[in-house]
Amino acid sequence: MYMDQSALIPHLFRTEFGRITSVLARRFGIAHIAVAEDIAGETFLAAMETWPYKGIPDNPTGWLYTVAANKAKNYLARDNNFQKKIAPDLKRGEATSHGHDIDLSSGNIKDSQLRMLFAVCHPAIPQEAQIGMALRVLCGLGIEEIAHALLSNKETINKRLHRAKEKLREEGIAIDLPPVAEIEERLDTVLTTLYLLFNEGYYSETHDEMIREELCREAIRLATLLTDNAQTDVPAVNALLALMCFHASRFAARRDSEGEMVLYADQDERLWDRQLIARGVEYMNKASQGDRLTRYHVEAGIAYWHTIKEDRPEKWENILQLYNVLLQLQYSPIAALNRTYALAKARNKQDAIAEAEKLQLVNNPYYYTLLGELYTGIDNGKAKDNLTRALALAATHTDRHTIERKLSALDQ
Amino acid sequence: MEQYILIFRHQDGSKVASPEQMQVWMKQTMDWIGGIAAQNKFVQGNGLPFDEARVVGHGGVVTNGPFGDVKETLGGYVIVRAASVDEAVEFAKGSPVLQGEGNTVEVRRIASGDGVH
Repeated sequence: MYMDQSALIPHLFRTEFGRITSVLARRFGIAHIAVAEDIAGETFLAAMETWPYKGIPDNPTGWLYTVAANKAKNYLARDNNFQKKIAPDLKRGEATSHGHDIDLSSGNIKDSQLRMLFAVCHPAIPQEAQIGMALRVLCGLGIEEIAHALLSNKETINKRLHRAKEKLREEGIAIDLPPVAEIEERLDTVLTTLYLLFNEGYYSETHDEMIREELCREAIRLATLLTDNAQTDVPAVNALLALMCFHASRFAARRDSEGEMVLYADQDERLWDRQLIARGVEYMNKASQGDRLTRYHVEAGIAYWHTIKEDRPEKWENILQLYNVLLQLQYSPIAALNRTYALAKARNKQDAIAEAEKLQLVNNPYYYTLLGELYTGIDNGKAKDNLTRALALAATHTDRHTIERKLSALDQ
Repeated sequence: MEQYILIFRHQDGSKVASPEQMQVWMKQTMDWIGGIAAQNKFVQGNGLPFDEARVVGHGGVVTNGPFGDVKETLGGYVIVRAASVDEAVEFAKGSPVLQGEGNTVEVRRIASGDGVH
């Protein structure tokens, strides 16, 4: 693959920064994660200084690994504090048998990233900081990019990451897989973080489609670290991956040529990524084992039925039953609204209106949008009232646009 | 918000339903529970299968199932959150169990460890 120089380094940064950081941090210990990040950063600085003059090396990744390994070795040898600070942290035996060797083989990279994923998703770290840490340390996003992606600002993200690193050091959290007895519980936290990371990309309000897709892709990539390891390749992980693949398959169909959001019902299904859907089905089959039904299983099931565009009655009956189960596992207003919509599709609008009126989500614009939609064709006056309330509550441009379209359709 | 238990009482638990009936009944039950859960009022629920049922009496006398002397048997329960017993009763009215003549749903408030109960 030919890539011009200006694009190559950012591309490599995205893929390799996290790999180098994870390997070095695992080698140095979690307390020295900032040193690992610095060395990875310096490595790219060296590339930016050298490559424009000497040309891009034949094997750019190999070049980066060699430079990073040398810098790490120098650091270990040179740093006065090494004997005092880092040496005692190194695993006994490892330091003597490997000396200052830095292992940047693909096996150790994968292994280190998987362990790092468990470390940054430690329950001692607040959820939002876990997402930030994963984006920084595992995905190589810069502070500004993270702030942009999470609709926050640089100072907040910096503080959040700083506190998270302090916490990791104070708690002495190992960059390691949890003991077998704890793995299921710890995995739950990891999956929640990956789920939120994906949703951040999929539902975020930012119009920057690049960063949104990137977040979703990274969430999928990190989840496959888990399926690549026998210990963590469990049904819940596969269910989450299936869910992500089904959703991500619609990326190309979600925006029109002007960048406006295209609602599901209006999407051109020829733009749906069939390969990704097929991958989702494979994960789904792997997820259908064991006796633990997670919210990811149920949500993957719902997402699967959405990959079938045709409005068959069985489609909506299945979606309705899955929402019935999901709400018992985990209530959320959006699931309650979607369930009611599925009820209208599977049965009839009257039943759905009766159920919708009970929800009383009076501050939620989507609640009134749903009521407006259900009343359309049954009582257009009520439909209009509800849509007008929805419009007053709507917070985003996309939502207002959608509601206005429904309102003007009523007037015709 | 209090918690109430809705206890399903079947008049004759020994009646065997056909698989088709069971399926219809399951769907109705899921819709009913889904409707409660959509209001964030569902806490938990379970069926109580009639097989492997025992009754332990005074002096440790064990009998098979509650189907001997008593006609009425428990078929399951659902725990809901409700602002009042009246709201809990409204939930109970939607239970498909009530389609069976003679079946009842008993609504009881769950003592909330307030030191009184």
